[in-house]
Amino acid sequence: MIRPQDLLCPRPEGLYCPPGDFYIDPVRPVARAVITHGHADHARAGHGAVLATPETLDIMAERYGATFADSRQAGAYGEVVARDDVEVTLVPAGHVLGSAQAVVRWQGLTMVVSGDYKRRRDPTCPAFESVPCDVFITEATFGLPVFRHPDDKDEIARLLRSVAQFPERSHLVGAYALGKAQRIIRLLREAGWDRTIYVHGALERLDALYERHGVDLGPIEPATSPAKKGDFAGQIVIAPPSATQDRWSRRFPDPVLAFASGWMQVRARARQRGVELPLVISDHADWDELTATVDELRPGELWITHGREEALARWAELHGVPARALALVGYEEEDDD
Amino acid sequence: MRAFAELLDRLSLTGSRNAKLTLVRDYLRETPNPDRGWALAALTGDLSFDAAKPAFIRKAVEARMDPLLFRWSYDYVGDLAETVALVWPARLGANREPELSEVVDALRSATRAEVQTLIEGWLDALQPTGRWALLKLMTGGLRVGLSARLAKQAAADVGPVPVAEVEELWHALHAPYEDLFAWLEGRSERPSSENPGRFRPAMLAQAIDEAVDFARLDPADYAAEWKWDGIRVQAVNEGGVRRLYTRTGDDISKTFPDVVDALAQEGVIDGELLVLRDGKVASFADLQQRLNRKTVDAKILAGHPAGIRAYDLLSEGADDTRTLPFAERRKRLEAFVAKEASPRIDLSPVQPFATWKELAALRAAPPAGDAQIAEGLMLKRWDSIYEAGRPKGPWFKWKRDPFLIDAVLMYAQRGHGKRSSFYSDYTFGVWTEGPDGKRLLTPVGKAYFGFTDEELKQIDKFVRDNTLERFGPVRAVRAEPHAGLVFEVAFEGLQRSTRHKSGVAMRFPRINRIRWDKPPGEADELVTLERMLAQVEAR
Repeated sequence: MIRPQDLLCPRPEGLYCPPGDFYIDPVRPVARAVITHGHADHARAGHGAVLATPETLDIMAERYGATFADSRQAGAYGEVVARDDVEVTLVPAGHVLGSAQAVVRWQGLTMVVSGDYKRRRDPTCPAFESVPCDVFITEATFGLPVFRHPDDKDEIARLLRSVAQFPERSHLVGAYALGKAQRIIRLLREAGWDRTIYVHGALERLDALYERHGVDLGPIEPATSPAKKGDFAGQIVIAPPSATQDRWSRRFPDPVLAFASGWMQVRARARQRGVELPLVISDHADWDELTATVDELRPGELWITHGREEALARWAELHGVPARALALVGYEEEDDD
Repeated sequence: MRAFAELLDRLSLTGSRNAKLTLVRDYLRETPNPDRGWALAALTGDLSFDAAKPAFIRKAVEARMDPLLFRWSYDYVGDLAETVALVWPARLGANREPELSEVVDALRSATRAEVQTLIEGWLDALQPTGRWALLKLMTGGLRVGLSARLAKQAAADVGPVPVAEVEELWHALHAPYEDLFAWLEGRSERPSSENPGRFRPAMLAQAIDEAVDFARLDPADYAAEWKWDGIRVQAVNEGGVRRLYTRTGDDISKTFPDVVDALAQEGVIDGELLVLRDGKVASFADLQQRLNRKTVDAKILAGHPAGIRAYDLLSEGADDTRTLPFAERRKRLEAFVAKEASPRIDLSPVQPFATWKELAALRAAPPAGDAQIAEGLMLKRWDSIYEAGRPKGPWFKWKRDPFLIDAVLMYAQRGHGKRSSFYSDYTFGVWTEGPDGKRLLTPVGKAYFGFTDEELKQIDKFVRDNTLERFGPVRAVRAEPHAGLVFEVAFEGLQRSTRHKSGVAMRFPRINRIRWDKPPGEADELVTLERMLAQVEAR
């Protein structure tokens, strides 16, 4: 009888598929890799052959240069790709542009590697699709019941309200350069903010990439363009989290420091980083989304990778889904640079 | 409830005073009665419940979810109210979020058993931030870093009117303050402040600028007296009501029953609250033993007897004396204190002087006795009326020169708000002998002001270039005999402390000068501080 671990098993390089001889999101260079999405801890340079969605390949080329791998193969959403005896299908994960779950089928066994995912609407990428499976391998970044992300519209409304309330200050929003930043910009546009949004240099190329893939970000300018300090009063500036407390941020007049991240749910985290306006906006599934997904799929087995495995495993056991924690190393906590 | 919750949430993460004022003022402007009034009462500490004990909340949540998952959550978050607010497994239903006033009304009238059911229903209906605010309100103490005084300032800004007017009214008002808002918004007359026992806004002094002021001021116009090192208070005995207030109008009568009992005649005294033993002033540390206590026992009353050293008389019998000149008030005060004839109420003596030079000599070498531990001198124009706030000109404070030491920068912490990209909070130390006989630095204090913006940039650069280790927002900075940064630190006083490893604690430390020129090895030793402490204690 086939066992799931014959199809996918953890190795130091990452999750390995022996019958297809490939790794999923390996953390070290390997001969054959399937990449779920473009975040640096999942998509590294230096592999032999890479299978990913066209958008993810584009993101990797933008970040690492065109020679990031010896060969690449684009797998559009829903397209079945053969890797030896194994069928691999990339299915939307709703995490960032191009993000996918890897659906792996072999001899009647279906395993789904979620990659990073969320279940709520994101104007910059297609929504997560549920695929019935024998084994669901889920992330658990926010796998504790304290993480209940509010409606992102409400969070954006809080930001805009603060901008109106403090017109003499600039609002500096820390947001991960790939995905979060563009989602925030889109959400601001949907909320009616049609003024120029200023961005840190690290965002410019990814913003342009999103635009090329049909995500309209509206008027954007580098945060270096206005000449005087006062010119940023009343403006929204978006920068990678590390830059918001860096010397770079001193050009802004008395900025209100905001930070868009699921971690901002916990007040002590906000306080520790000196964040004045925490925006609880995450590209990961929160506790309710994680548990709802497990409940919806009711997989034969639940494997839990990076994050807080123990709490989600406990929940699954209490709800009759056999679960185990996979010790995969090398993935970072979201936005926690 | 949502707007109130959002306000508390923002306040808890906002450092700047002005930003806090904006947040509260806007809330008070935009929120209808009576919600805003209850919110103001909660912010000033005039509204508190202990309707829900933490144990009940914990039990309620554990009845709804796996205790192990709850424990892991609590371990992660570290704060019970916040954990419960986040994990609360809401029962779905047609729950409507309660308004703040509904919560307040219900809590004021419900029995304890009813309250518990109500709380569960509210927690079901609210969002996490709303739950957090509700739990803070119900378990007492908002602790969002806003003083009662600042809340009153924000209310005054709604008008705007001077904050002193709100303070003067305050003890005549009752939550939810609809009459106050009607007046602030120009819809009605000023509410009456004529309730006996009320607080009168205090008159404060400006710091004197020695270089400028003495040249233009005539010594004959001013009275001088010592600035005593206690806390400024107002003692009221009016219409049978006796109260003791801080200078911002907080009622501290319950903490000082001995002082309140000593108020025999009808009148309002402005003075310094001190621990007085046989008419002699004890140290500020002794007074601290009495402050911030909700209840006092016989032992502390006997061991730390409190009293008032009187500066001024604001009212006598039915007369409001505040519009009389200081010289006149002083005469009435002297007679008033003599008639009180209580060992707990004495007079702050006026120090005669003819020239500023003479006064400077007095300040530099105070005579034996209480004056030795005074904070400095006060100057009051003989013709000054008693004016609320800090008017320019009539009153000056002339503080004693601070203590100075050279200390070495050891740790730097990132600031907040405007300073979030700067390392602006500094822990500094002095040399001492370690257990192995080697010289090492021991931290003696922390300071975050006293430097200019330009100096801050330079120190920040030094910190970044000389970082040894990082602990979250804190950096350990290179501090060796030949490499590091020396600060000249100024401070007002010194106390023994068991909380500090060095055994001493400074009052009001600040960076007086940056000694870029001085090698850390030449900074001061702990024995220097110990010697200063011995001198202070010998006075």
